Amino acid sequence: MKARVHVTLKAGVLDPQGAAVRHSLGALGFEGVERVRQGKVIELELAETDAAKAEASVKDMCEKLLSNTVIENYTVEIL
Amino acid sequence: MRAAVIQFPGSNCDRDMAVAMDRVSGHNKPTQLIWHKESTLPDGLDIIAIPGGFSFGDYLRCGAIAARSPIMRSVVDFANKGGFVLGVCNGFQVLTESGLLPGALMRNANLKFICKDAGLRVETTDSVFTSAYKKGAVVNVPVAHHDGNYNADPETLKKLVGDDRIAFRYAENPNGSMDDIAGILSDNRRVLGMMPHPERLNDPQLGGTDGSKLFESIASALVSA
Repeated sequence: MKARVHVTLKAGVLDPQGAAVRHSLGALGFEGVERVRQGKVIELELAETDAAKAEASVKDMCEKLLSNTVIENYTVEIL
Repeated sequence: MRAAVIQFPGSNCDRDMAVAMDRVSGHNKPTQLIWHKESTLPDGLDIIAIPGGFSFGDYLRCGAIAARSPIMRSVVDFANKGGFVLGVCNGFQVLTESGLLPGALMRNANLKFICKDAGLRVETTDSVFTSAYKKGAVVNVPVAHHDGNYNADPETLKKLVGDDRIAFRYAENPNGSMDDIAGILSDNRRVLGMMPHPERLNDPQLGGTDGSKLFESIASALVSA
């Protein structure tokens, strides 16, 4: 079973990398990009076959390591 | 005073930290260097330092992997029992990631790695780390980091300010850090995390001694202990 985790900065946390990407897009001529927020995608391959158990386990991983809940949100997809 | 320095793959200034501790320890026993895979600490330690560097290549997030290494469980226990812990640069990041200090350190606002001497204002002398400084004094301490932009939610920030837990602020904010924060203390004032490197300015031959007072402060509290 595969899982995909999206980690994004919480609303209100400044994202200097996203801002730099937005500026660079503007320099390339892409107009109208009002905001860019950068995050990360983490894919996991799991031995677990029960989707509910897999989701609970990956959420626990997010809380303990994959995201820093002080500044980041996460979502878990079971694929 | 018995001190130890934790070493992770990618640590740097770990030996500088040990030398700085040795100079004030009051005896000839060298500061112990402890590898991250150890799970227990030697008995009788007074203070543990977590050095700078780029532990585990800063993978995932700065300090994230190091904060979950076996030795850190013992360091967290040590701190929770009232032990003294100093985290510098990557060490500060490890302390926030391990939950011993609040908030998080993010990418510098200008996205650049900053390596220079920074003016630091001593905001409190009410800690074993800062007692030898004068409150309000501005000292020069080198910074060398890519992720020193301190971030915390408004309530945490208010609590840090209200409880006099901001140890150092930048005289000129180099990295976008909230409220110019360069270093903070834990609730019990026994854990200090700071981005600048006092152990790098600890000898006239290295260009100055503004960092020495931090180690003298520690020694004056712990050497007779």
